[in-house]
Amino acid sequence: MTTPRPADPITPVLTKRWLSPRSWRLSVYEQLEGYTALRKALAGTPEQLVQLVKDSGLRGRGGAGFPTGLKWSFMPPNEDKPHYLVINADEGEPGTCKDIPLMMADPHSLIEGCVIAAYAMRSHHCFIYVRGEALHCVRRLTSAVREAYTAGYLGRNILDSGFDLDITVHAGAGAYICGEETALLDSLEGRRGQPRLKPPFPAAAGLYAAPTTVNNVETIASVPFIVNAGADWFRSMGREKSPGPKIFSISGHVEQPGQYEAPMGTTLRELLELAGGMKDGIPLKFWTPGGSSTPMFTAEHLDTPLDFEGATEAGSMLGTTAVQVFNETVSVPWAVMKWTQFYEHESCGKCTPCREGTYWLAQILERMVRGEGTPADIDTLLDVCDNIFGRSFCALGDGAVSPIQSGIKYFKDEFLALCESNAAHAREHELAGAR
Amino acid sequence: MTIAQTDDPETVPVPEGHVRLTVDGVTVDAPKGELIIRTAERIGVEVPRFCDHPLLDPAAACRQCLVEVEMGGRPMPKPQPACAVTVADGMVVKTQASSAVADKAQQGVMELLLINHPLDCPICDKGGECPLQNQALKHGRAESRFVDTKRTFAKPVPITAQVLLDRERCVLCQRCTRFADEIAGDVFIDLLERGAVQQIGTHETADLDETDAVIGQPHGSYFSGNIIQICPVGALTSAAYRFRSRPFDLVSTPSMCEHCASGCAQRSDWRRGHVTRRLAGNDPAVNEEWNCDKGRFAFRYATAEDRLRKPLVRGADNELHEASWTDALRAAAAGLAKARGERGVAVLPGGRLTVEDAYAYAKFARLALHTNDVDFRARVHSAEELDFLTDSVVGRTPEHGGVSYADIESAPAVLSVAFEPEEESPIVFLRLRKAARKRGLRYFHLGQWTTPAVDKAFGALVPVVPGDEARGLRELDEKVRDALGRPGALILVGERAAGVAGLPTAVRALSSWTGARVAWIPRRAGERGALEAGATPTLLPGGRPVTDAAARAEVERAWGVAPGGLPGTPGRDTGEILAAAADSRLSALVVGGVDPFDLPDPELALTALTTVDFVVSLELRPSEVTRRADVVLPVAPVQEKTGAYLDWEGRRREFESTLSGTGALPDCRVLDTLAVEMDVDLFTQTSGAAAGDLARLGRHSCTNEPVPVSAGEAARPGVGEAVLATWRTLLDNGSLQEGEPHLAATAKPVVARLSVATATGLGVQFGEPLTVSTARGSIVLPAVQADLPDGVVWLPENSGRSAVRRVLGVGHGAVVSVSAGGEH
Repeated sequence: MTTPRPADPITPVLTKRWLSPRSWRLSVYEQLEGYTALRKALAGTPEQLVQLVKDSGLRGRGGAGFPTGLKWSFMPPNEDKPHYLVINADEGEPGTCKDIPLMMADPHSLIEGCVIAAYAMRSHHCFIYVRGEALHCVRRLTSAVREAYTAGYLGRNILDSGFDLDITVHAGAGAYICGEETALLDSLEGRRGQPRLKPPFPAAAGLYAAPTTVNNVETIASVPFIVNAGADWFRSMGREKSPGPKIFSISGHVEQPGQYEAPMGTTLRELLELAGGMKDGIPLKFWTPGGSSTPMFTAEHLDTPLDFEGATEAGSMLGTTAVQVFNETVSVPWAVMKWTQFYEHESCGKCTPCREGTYWLAQILERMVRGEGTPADIDTLLDVCDNIFGRSFCALGDGAVSPIQSGIKYFKDEFLALCESNAAHAREHELAGAR
Repeated sequence: MTIAQTDDPETVPVPEGHVRLTVDGVTVDAPKGELIIRTAERIGVEVPRFCDHPLLDPAAACRQCLVEVEMGGRPMPKPQPACAVTVADGMVVKTQASSAVADKAQQGVMELLLINHPLDCPICDKGGECPLQNQALKHGRAESRFVDTKRTFAKPVPITAQVLLDRERCVLCQRCTRFADEIAGDVFIDLLERGAVQQIGTHETADLDETDAVIGQPHGSYFSGNIIQICPVGALTSAAYRFRSRPFDLVSTPSMCEHCASGCAQRSDWRRGHVTRRLAGNDPAVNEEWNCDKGRFAFRYATAEDRLRKPLVRGADNELHEASWTDALRAAAAGLAKARGERGVAVLPGGRLTVEDAYAYAKFARLALHTNDVDFRARVHSAEELDFLTDSVVGRTPEHGGVSYADIESAPAVLSVAFEPEEESPIVFLRLRKAARKRGLRYFHLGQWTTPAVDKAFGALVPVVPGDEARGLRELDEKVRDALGRPGALILVGERAAGVAGLPTAVRALSSWTGARVAWIPRRAGERGALEAGATPTLLPGGRPVTDAAARAEVERAWGVAPGGLPGTPGRDTGEILAAAADSRLSALVVGGVDPFDLPDPELALTALTTVDFVVSLELRPSEVTRRADVVLPVAPVQEKTGAYLDWEGRRREFESTLSGTGALPDCRVLDTLAVEMDVDLFTQTSGAAAGDLARLGRHSCTNEPVPVSAGEAARPGVGEAVLATWRTLLDNGSLQEGEPHLAATAKPVVARLSVATATGLGVQFGEPLTVSTARGSIVLPAVQADLPDGVVWLPENSGRSAVRRVLGVGHGAVVSVSAGGEH
C-alpha cells in the first residue's frame, strides 16, 4: 500500500464558477474564460487535441477510468460514416451527484468541451443523454445550448473555423441501465435500453451503427481546462496514473454534504475535514468510495487514497467518487437491502444472473431484515453473488453484488445477529406447537 | 472444418481461413468467425445453452453457455459466453468438461433460471423434449435453495390465435423475439417491462399510454408457429396441440409439406392413426429450420369427418352409393372405355400430386385413354406459359442448371414477376429477406403495391397496372436492369404470369438481355412434379415433346408400346378440355384434386362436368367434382402415402408414409388398378414402382424454339371502373386449410386496396365498404389505402367473401366496376 501523499490544497477547477451569480449564463461564462479554450482548440488539428488529452492522462470520470485520449484515438480517421459524440449525462448511481450540479451550475463548460471533443473526433453531431428525472437540468442545458447556437459556438462554421457541430439534448426515460454506454445508445436510438453485445465497440459501430464515442459529463467538462492550461498543469494535480481534479459528491452523515472538488488521491479523512466532519460527532461505520456499486469501506480505510489505483488496491473501486458516509446508527444489512432493492428494480432483465439473481438476493435480504433469516442464508447470499459477479451481461450485475459481498465481509456479525432473533422466534414457535 | 489430425496436430499447417485453438485440451482447426459453441459441438462437447440458435444472431443473454477462455496465454478475467465469442488463433477454451469455473458458472445460471420457473413439467407440453428440463438434469442442482416467493403471471397470454404464452415458464432467452425481428420481420412480439418482471408480450398486452397505442398496428405473422418450436422451454405452446399429448407418446416420421412449392422438410408426430402436430424439419438447403404456419398447422383436412373412405358409384336413382372397389373400378373402366371409343376422354389431374401420382395420370392418359388431353394446371394458364415451361423450366434442377435457394441467398439482385413471395412461397420470402439482411441483396417487386413482403425484404416496388406487366419488364428502370445484369441476379416468376399475355415472352427476353437467370415458382406443391412427369398436353415425361417422334419413340420403348402407339398430336389444355367437354366434344373426364372454383372460368368448369357423359373423380373429400361424378374413387392424403414432390427448384422431396395401414390408396395405385381393368399395365402399383418406371426413362434434352407472344394492351378502365389486381393470400379459403380455426384466425384481414386518387375518383372512403362487381356478381369489402397505381383495385383472390373467380368470373387484369358502399 502506498503511503498517502500530503493533501494538495483544494484546487477548484471544474467547480470554480459554480458560486458565481448566474454562473449558467453564457455572458458569465464568457467573462470567466469561457469559450477561450474552444478558440485555441479550433486553431489546432484534431490529432493535436487527441495527443494533448492523451498526454494529460485524463481518465473517464464515469466510473471505469478508461484513458480518454486513448478512447478518442479509436475513432476512425476517415469519415466514411458520420461520427457521433455522445455525452453520458444519465447520472443515476446511488449517491452520485456531480454531473447534474455541474450541468446546472456550469452547462457551458460541458458544451465547450463537447465542441472541442467533437472537433477532435471529427464528429458533427453530439448528443447529450440526460437522466430524464433531472428535468430542471434538461431545461438548463437546453437553454445553454440555445445560447451557444445564438452566439455561434454551435451550428455551422463555428467561430469561422469551418467546423460544424449540432448538439441534441435528449432526456432519458428513467432507467439506471441507460447509463451503461451501449444501453444508452440503444435508448437514444429509440429502442429498449438494454446493453449491446460487444464487439462491435461503439468506436466501430455505435449510434446508428456509426463510429461513436461515449464520454461522461465530468470528463468532457475537464477538456477545456486541459486545452487552456496544458497537460502538465493537469498532471500537477492528483497522482501519476490518475491525474487531475475530481468532484467528490459527499452525502450521508457528515455535517456539510455536497460536492467537493479535490485532486485525485485525496483520502476520506481529508474529505471529512472539508465536509465538516461526521454529523453530530457520531463515529463513522462504513462508506462507499464511488456509489453503491463500489464495495463499501470502513473506518479502516480513512487514509486510502481515492484514485483509480488506490481504491482498487484497497479492494474497492473509485467509481463515480460518490462518497456515501454512514455512521454507527445504520444497520448494514438494512442498507445493503435497500441498495439491493435498487438493483432489483433497475435490472434491465436481459441476462439471467442479474435479472433473477437480484430478485432472489432482495428477497433473502428482506427476509433477513424482517428477522426471518438463517445463517445458511448468508452462505446462499454469497454463493448467489458469486454466480452473478462476472457472469452477467454488463457491469450492473457486478455492481449489484458489491454491497452484499463487502457488507458481509466487514459486518458478518450483524447479519448473524439478525438470524439469532429468528432462531429465538423459531424456538418460541416450537414450544407453542408442542402444547 | 475438420478436427486436426491428433497424431501430431502441430505439424499440420492451419488451413486457409482457419484458426487453431484448443477446446478442453483437444487441438482443433476452426473457420475464422466460428463461435466457440459450434467449435465445441464439432469435437463432441455440448455446452448448455438457451438463447443460442444457429440461425439467429448471438444474444449472449441467458449466460448458460459460459466457458473459460484464455487468449495469448492470458486467461480472460470473466467466463465468456461461448455463443457469442468467435474463435481465435491460439485460444484455449475450457468448457464445463474441463473447467470447474465454467461448470460452477453454468450450475449457477441454471439455478437462477429455475428460481422463478413453475417446475410444472408433468403438465407441460414441452416435458420430455425440453432443453430446460434436459439441461437442468444434466447441469443443474438436484435441489433448489430458493425458498422465497416466485414471480407469477396470469396465463396463458394469446400471442396469436394459435400461439399461447406462459410467462412463468419463460426464461427470456429472446429466441422468439429475435425470430420475429430477424427471420420473419414481423413485429408481433417484443420484450416488455424490465428486471424480474421483464416479459414477452404483444401490442395488446403492453401497458401503453393511449398516445403510444397508435404508433403500431397489431399484426400477426405467417411464421409464428416457429417460435413454438424454437422455444427452449414450455412457454410458447400451440393452441391446437396444447395439452393433447406427451412427446414420448408420439411417433415421429419425417415428412414433406404438401401445401406449396417451397418444399419444406417436416416432421409429423402421430399416434393412434392421427397426426397430432407437424414441426419444421431441418434442411439447410431448403427450409433451414422454418415452416410457415400453413404448413405447420393445416393438416386436419385429412381427418375430416366427410373424408371419402369408400368408392362411390352413381346408381340408377342418379345418386352416389358406396360400392366395393371391384364394382367401382369395373364401372369406371367400362365408362371410360366406352367414352374412349366415342368422343374421347380427357384428364385433369390437378396441381397437388406427387411426381409418382402425376406420372400415373400422364401414363394413364396416353396408354389407357390414348390421348394427350391431360393438363395439371387447375388455374389460369396459357399456351405461352407451357412454351415457357418447356423452354426454361422443365428438366432444371439444382444439379442441372436450375436456380436453387442457395442461388437466391447469394444473388446480388432479385426481381419477382407475378409473384408475391410471402403469400405464394413463404420460404422463398424468408430467403429473400435473409439475403437482403445479411448479404445486401436488392429486391425488386414488379407488382401493384408495396406488400409487407417487399418492405420486409427491404425491396422496392416496380409498379405496373395489372395486365401491363410485360411492358413493365420491357421498360424497366435502368437501375433495376443494371442490378439484374450483375452475375448471379435472378428473376422469379410466379404461376400468375400465365394470366398476362406476352409476360412469359417478356421474362425470357429480359433474361437474355440482362443475363439474369429465371426460376419459376408455382404455388402448388405438385405442379413442378406434374410438369416433369408429363401431365401436360404437349410434353411426355422428362419434358419430351409429344410432337417429337424420336422422343415419343423413347417413351414407347420404355413403356413397351408398339412404335407409333403414342398419340403424336398435342393435346388440349385445361381450358380447351373444359370448353370441349361443355360443348359435348368430349365423352368423359378423369379428374384428380381439382376445385372448379380455382379454374379461370368456374362456371364453364361446372357446365363441363355436368355436360360430359361420364366423370371419374379421384378425391379425398366431397367436392363440386365428386358431386357431379359417376364414379368417385377415394385416394390417400399425403400422410397416408409414400412419394415425392418436386419443389420449385426441381429438387426431389421424398417422403415415406406417416400413417401406414390405413387402407387408403395413392392415386398411382388407383389408376394402375383402373388401367388393369382396361387391360393396360401402368406399372404404378406403388409409388416406388412408379418412381422406378419414371427414372428408367431418364433425362431428355431437346431444344424448344418458343413462339414469342406479343403483349396485349392493358385494360383501360372507364368511369366507375378499375383494373383488377388480385392474387391469393397464404391463408385463404383453400380446402386444405379446413378444420383449423386457430390458423384461419391469423389470416390477413380481407380488404380491398386502392390508392387515394382512385378512391377519391370513385367516391370511396377508406374504412368504408366498397363494391367490386362484374356482370356475374359483386364483392363488398372494406376499402384500405395502398400505393397501387391509379385506376387499380386489389382484392385477395380467394379469401372470405372475396372469391374473385367464383363470384366475379374474372381475374387479374380485368376491368371491374367499383362503387362506394354496398351491403355485405
